[in-house]
Amino acid sequence: MRLADPLVGPSDESAALLLRDVHVLDPRARIDARHDLRVRAGTIAELAEPGTIEAEPDEELIEGDGRLRLLPAFFDPHVHLRTPGQEHKEDLQTGTRAAAAGGFGAVIAMPNTDPVLDSAPLLRSLRDAAARQARVPVGFLAAITRSLGGEQLTEMAELRQEGALGFTDDGKPVQSAGMLRKALQYQRLCGGVLALHEEDPTLSRGGSMHEGTVSAALGIAGIPTVAESTMVARDAELAGYEDARVHFQHLSCAASVQAVAAAKARGWRVSAEVTPHHLMLTEADVRAMDTRMKMHPPLTTEADRQALIEGLRAGSIDCVASDHAPHARDEKEVPFEQAPMGTTGLETAFAALYGGLVLPGVLELGLLVERMTAGAALFDLPTPLVAVGEPANLTLVDLDAEWVAGEHGWESRSENCCFAGRRLRGRVLLTLAAGALAHRDRALAAVAV
Amino acid sequence: MNHLLSIEDLDRATIERIVTQAERFAEVSDREIKKVPALRGRMVLNLFYEASTRTRSSFELAAKRLSADVVNFAASGSSVEKGESLKDTVLTLSAHKPDAIVLRTPWAGASELVSKWCSAAIVNAGDGKHEHPTQALLDVYTLRRRLGDMDGLSIWIVGDVAHSRVARSNVLAFQRMGAKVTLAGPPTLIPRGIEQLGCEVRYTLDELDSADVVYALRMQRERMSETWVPSLREYASWYQINGRRLTPRQVLMHPGPVNRGVELSGEVVDSPQAVITAQVEAGVVVRMAVLYELLAGARDARPAPERSRIAGAPVPVAHPGAQLA
Repeated sequence: MRLADPLVGPSDESAALLLRDVHVLDPRARIDARHDLRVRAGTIAELAEPGTIEAEPDEELIEGDGRLRLLPAFFDPHVHLRTPGQEHKEDLQTGTRAAAAGGFGAVIAMPNTDPVLDSAPLLRSLRDAAARQARVPVGFLAAITRSLGGEQLTEMAELRQEGALGFTDDGKPVQSAGMLRKALQYQRLCGGVLALHEEDPTLSRGGSMHEGTVSAALGIAGIPTVAESTMVARDAELAGYEDARVHFQHLSCAASVQAVAAAKARGWRVSAEVTPHHLMLTEADVRAMDTRMKMHPPLTTEADRQALIEGLRAGSIDCVASDHAPHARDEKEVPFEQAPMGTTGLETAFAALYGGLVLPGVLELGLLVERMTAGAALFDLPTPLVAVGEPANLTLVDLDAEWVAGEHGWESRSENCCFAGRRLRGRVLLTLAAGALAHRDRALAAVAV
Repeated sequence: MNHLLSIEDLDRATIERIVTQAERFAEVSDREIKKVPALRGRMVLNLFYEASTRTRSSFELAAKRLSADVVNFAASGSSVEKGESLKDTVLTLSAHKPDAIVLRTPWAGASELVSKWCSAAIVNAGDGKHEHPTQALLDVYTLRRRLGDMDGLSIWIVGDVAHSRVARSNVLAFQRMGAKVTLAGPPTLIPRGIEQLGCEVRYTLDELDSADVVYALRMQRERMSETWVPSLREYASWYQINGRRLTPRQVLMHPGPVNRGVELSGEVVDSPQAVITAQVEAGVVVRMAVLYELLAGARDARPAPERSRIAGAPVPVAHPGAQLA
């Protein structure tokens, strides 16, 4: 099957700059040392000992003083760009600007738009729009079932030819095992990863938060963790039976991590992601009924959070995904039970996890970088690599910078970030995506010559 | 006290102060002229997003006995049905400068939200399945009148705990007053984790005779869109409070309206042990005490509302186990 290039975005590969004496960290390239790095025509042209490359007049010089970290640009396999149909929340431009500001060099957009991305003509027009508007390359997942209705497969083969990276009904589960099985079988023809939002609606129905002590005290209907974990177990077994490739989205509880680990141990082709908010927050953060803390799946217990961290560390969970889910202020400024599910996350993902997991010594920085870039390979895309000849997918961060999330506003059109108001550590200064300068932080002017 | 949002916010001393004030107002109710001028010139706005007869009329009566002006605003037949958001409705009605807004909604936390959007004192008259603080206060009042000191009392709350804001407020209020609370009901209607409130949980009424007070909850037929119990008949056979289960020394309470033959048998409703009509009477004087506590002399001391960007929520603080640098 002839496939279109799966990522679309800026075609400007013009970045020309010299990053002098930056601390390059790329675990895959086995680099963790100070270097000079030159980007020419959007490609990593030179990588040398610090202080050995002289700046040329036609390039920008950025001094790292041996302190700023240069990382491979992050990859987010799960964002909601809300286009088409909900541009009051986000669009291709604002969403990818937020991605770049968070150090992401590419993202995968979910199809639960309005209308749902379930047909080739719509995918074509979206990709055209992304080529014009996106700040970083965007890949698209198409729906598994038409209108996310769970009853009829989309024209998956045609969608793949048009460039769909894979398929998901994200926002909703594929409730019928028989329906999902057909999609898994059809994958043999069309390829593409099936990404699964796991939730048994007969268990979660009516729930607005995790079922536990906090929901009991608040009188808010809860969603039990088994609503997710039983579906993860069911679908892992279906994938194993059909030898299909599935990716479990936004795991939220210990039992799901165990189910994924068990599936991997049996050799089934499954992978999984976890969000920064599930790694950093718990049901206790929902106590004040702040609607920014309302998301799907809900924030769970401290024991679940620890299991997710351990799963990410051990590799049962392959990568971090933000599940960036913007909503307009008036949509979130309502009582908790009325509010839509979702938090933005692109702009805070790295800092939340660096300050929350790396600084306290829970996770090595190198491992965090690995997990924040691993999503690309899961969707059969090249992994960003810091090596000569590679396209410039780079993120420059100041690990010492402290900032308050949201203090200078957001690049995203929406502000419903669960980390808003928190003091974070680690600031993205510069993002190069597919050879183009995608983001420059205001603080960088101070270090640029 | 600036608002009455939940029993959780109240300590024992505050509950006692309100209940004692209500006892003073009870004397007023026995007079030929039942009005006092305490809140003359003040305006109380009743904003009800759910059907309510007794709570609303009881607040209305309470405000009128204190000589306040009362405006009733029901969501049905209003701008709410035309799609106006809670916030816009509150901001619009705030233009009339109410001193207090009595709010009932089907959404947990709505009163707290509203308290951040306007400068009026907010009284939570029921927010979803979360809390119904004035019901708990009037229940404490009723029990103190009937039994005196509540320390050490054993109180069983029986029935549909999952959908009951009355249960949640009463567990907190009864415990604050020194009583020991047991929740009993079918396992499908007892929320997982509720024992964290400090109460005991039972799935049968086998030990009901250990209770000093039996508080039956309304079996909310209107919430029975899903099958929580196999049938009301089976519910009644296991959980109905009737002459066989209720011993003569026990006091029977119910927040009303009663489903005779479901959670209560007719005979116990009409028995001398039942204080159900006393609870209704207490409603007015306790709500007078609440309005008095919030409004009398406090007009100028009322702080400006805090403005928050989303949902009026406080800036979150880092989770202890999850320090963000």
